[in-house]
Amino acid sequence: MDFDLSSEQSMLKDSVHRLMTQRYTQEARQRFMAEPEGWSRDNWRQFAELGLLGLGFDEDLGGFGGTMVDTMIVLESFGRGLVIEPYLGSVVLGGGILRHAEFGARADMIAAGADGSRLFALAHEEEGARYVLSHVSTKVRRTAGGFVLEGRKINVIAGDSADTLFVTARTGGGIRDQGGISIFAVSKDQAGVTVEPYRAIDGSRYAAVTLAGVTLPESALVGTIDEGFAVLDRAVSDALAAVCGEAVGLMEVMLHTVVEYLKTRNQFGGPLARFQALQHRAAEMYVATEQARSMAIYAAMMAGEPDDRERRRALSFAKVQIGKSLHFVGQQAVQLSGGIGVTDEYIVGQQFKRSTAIERQFGDVDHHLSLIDAIDRHS
Amino acid sequence: MDLSYTPAELSFREEVRAFIRQNLPDEIRAKAGLSAYYEAADLRAWQRILNDKGWAASHWPVEYGGPGWSAVQRYIFMEEILQAPAPEPLSFNINMVGPVVYTFGSQEQKAHFLPKIRSLDYWFCQGFSEPGAGSDLASLRTSAIRDGDDYVINGQKIWTSTAHDANWMFCLVRTNTTGKKQEGISFVLIDMATPGITVRPIITIDGEHHTNEVFFDNVRVPIANRVGEENKGWDYAKFLLGNERTGIARVGLSKGRLTRAKRLAELSQTQEGKLSDDPFFRRRCIEIEVELKALEITALRIIDRQRKRNDGQPDPASSILKLRGAETQQATSELVAEVAGPLGLAYTHGGKAPWRDFAADDLTAVLGAVPNYFLARAASIYGGASEIQKNIISKAILGL
Repeated sequence: MDFDLSSEQSMLKDSVHRLMTQRYTQEARQRFMAEPEGWSRDNWRQFAELGLLGLGFDEDLGGFGGTMVDTMIVLESFGRGLVIEPYLGSVVLGGGILRHAEFGARADMIAAGADGSRLFALAHEEEGARYVLSHVSTKVRRTAGGFVLEGRKINVIAGDSADTLFVTARTGGGIRDQGGISIFAVSKDQAGVTVEPYRAIDGSRYAAVTLAGVTLPESALVGTIDEGFAVLDRAVSDALAAVCGEAVGLMEVMLHTVVEYLKTRNQFGGPLARFQALQHRAAEMYVATEQARSMAIYAAMMAGEPDDRERRRALSFAKVQIGKSLHFVGQQAVQLSGGIGVTDEYIVGQQFKRSTAIERQFGDVDHHLSLIDAIDRHS
Repeated sequence: MDLSYTPAELSFREEVRAFIRQNLPDEIRAKAGLSAYYEAADLRAWQRILNDKGWAASHWPVEYGGPGWSAVQRYIFMEEILQAPAPEPLSFNINMVGPVVYTFGSQEQKAHFLPKIRSLDYWFCQGFSEPGAGSDLASLRTSAIRDGDDYVINGQKIWTSTAHDANWMFCLVRTNTTGKKQEGISFVLIDMATPGITVRPIITIDGEHHTNEVFFDNVRVPIANRVGEENKGWDYAKFLLGNERTGIARVGLSKGRLTRAKRLAELSQTQEGKLSDDPFFRRRCIEIEVELKALEITALRIIDRQRKRNDGQPDPASSILKLRGAETQQATSELVAEVAGPLGLAYTHGGKAPWRDFAADDLTAVLGAVPNYFLARAASIYGGASEIQKNIISKAILGL
C-alpha cells in the first residue's frame, strides 16, 4: 500500500500545474471560450507538447504510456483550472475506444491523436437513453460492401471539432441489449453526417450528430461486430474514473476560493471567517472533498480491473461519493460566496456549473446506486 | 501509487483472522451477535489471551512489549478485531495511558506499570472531564496540593467510563492556579483503592452502567505517581488525545453492524416480502457502504502520510476520521434499530427479552438494537465532539 506519486508522476503534476497557472487565468478562459470552436487550439498544441494527448496509450501503439493515475493527475489539475478544452471527450472517452478496441487504423489514429493533429469524439448518447449505457437505437443496414447508418446522437463532446466520430449503432438485439452493439469510425465530412454544435450548461461544446443514410465501408467497423458494448463499457469506465479526478480538483479550488473569500470579506466589523457557522460549513466542505479524493484514487485503481463486476461496482461506488460530495461542495461554495456566487461572471458560479455537469456525466448518484443494487442482487 | 495489500499483509490478515476464530471464547463471541454488552471479565479474559500472544499493545515499541507491526498491520489487526467482532484491547490502557508512560514516564514507572497495563492487571480509567470542563477541558479544577511526598487531591471527575471496573485512573489535576490555565495541569496515576475516592454510577441513555462520577476527598497520591514534569500535564494530554487516532474511524465496527443489519433484515418480513429485498432499505445499506469505503481509504491515506512524516505529531486530518466515523457508527446503529421495528420497543436488559431469551439466529437478536442506537449518539460527543473536530479542521487545516 502506497499513496505516493512516483517521481515521473510528480513531474507530470508540476508541469500541468505550471501550464494552468501560466495560461489559464479566468480572463484567458473567457477568450478561449470565445474562439470559433469554443476552446483554444493553441492550448491543444501545448497539451501535445507536454505529452498529455498520448498519455494513457501504450508506447507500442504510438502513445506515451501511463496509467489511469497519470490521467487522474492531469484531470485534477484541469479541474482546478476549469479547463474548457475537450480532453475528457477526445483523449479519454474517444481515445478510450482506441485503447480498448482492436482495428486496422488504430495505431495511426493514436499517433495522430498524440501529436494533436487529430481529435476524436464518442457519438453514443441518444435522446431516450437517460443513463442506460446499452441504449442504442441507431440503425445499421448491411450492404454488399459495408454498412449504412441511420440515427441521431446527442451530447457528443466536441462533436464539431472531432475529425473522427466513434458512433455506436445497433447491428442486433433490442434497443437496450448489451449484445448487438457495434462501433463505427465515421468521418464528420462524410455524406449524410450533420453536426450541430451547441453549448452545454458548463460552457463546454457539445454537438448533436444526425446520421442520414451514412454509407460506410467494411473497414469502418471498430472492433468486433455486435460486441461493441465491452469496448464502450471500458472506455466509459476510463472516463468515469478520469472525471472523478477532475471533480476533486474542482472541489479543491471551490473550497480554496471560499476560504479566501471568508478571510477577506468584512461584514459586521470584521472578516466573515470569525463566524463559527461559516467555519463549520467550510470544514464540512473539506471533509466531503477528502472523501471524494479517496474515491477518485479508488476509481483510478479499479478502472483497469479486468473483472467486469468488480470494476463496475467499484466505479459506481466512486461516482456515488463523487456525486454527493460535488453536490454539497458546489452548493455550499455558491452559498458562502453570497450574492456574487449567483452572478454569471464569478469563478465559483462557473465551477458550480461544471460540477453540476459532472454530477450527471456517466450517470448520477441515483443511477449508480441502482447499478450497485442490480450487481448485488445478481451475485 | 498502489491501493492493494501486499501478499505479506494479506497473509497477516489471515493469521489474525484465524487466531481470533480459534481463541475468542464462545460465550464472548455469542454476546457480540446479540447486541449484548461485554462484561469486565470478558474483556479481562480476552486481553489476557491477546497479551499472551504478544498482541495486546499493537502499536507499542517492541522494547515495551509491542509486536513490532507496521502501521498497515496495526490497521488490519484492529479491523479484524472489530469485524469479528471481538472486544478491543482496552483503549484507556493501550492507546492512552501506556504511550504516555513509555514516552514521558520514569524508568521505574515504565518497569512497574507497562506490563500490568498490557495484561490489564491494572485497568485504567480516564479522569479528564469535570462538570465544568467538557469540550473546554483545560478549565478543569480538581486540585492537587503538595504535602510532603504526596499530593492531596480534592474535586470531581465525570463521564469516567469503567471507573467501577477499573483499579487505576490516569488523571489530570490542577497543580497551579496562576497563569495560563493550560500551564497548571499535571498528569497523575491514582490507585482507585486509595481512601477518599467515591465512585457513583451514571446510568446512560441505554439504561446501562458504563460511566460514572468520581469524587476525591483529601485523596493522598504519592508524587512519585506523577508522570513527567509538574504543570506539563496538558502537553501529555494533548499527546494522548492525538496518539493513534487513525483507528478512531472504527470502520470495522460499522462494517460489522451493517452486515448484521442485512442479515437480520433477511429474517424480517414486510408487506411485500423480506425487508432485505426492500429497495429503500437496500439503498440505505449501499449508501452507508459507499461512505465506509471512502472512510477506509481516507484512514489508510492518513496512516500512510503519518508513517512517512514519522514525527509523531497528530495529523489534524484525522478529525475527518472522528467526524465521519461517528456519523457512520450512528447510521449503522440506527439501521439495526430500524430493522428491529416494533420488536425494538421492548426494554431489554442483560440479553433477555421480557417473554424469552434472545437467540442469535432469529429476529429476537435485534432486541438490544434500540439501546445500542441510544448509546451510539455518544460517538459524536466523546473524544472531542463533532463540533470540536470541525473547529480543528477550520483552524489547523483551512486557517480560518
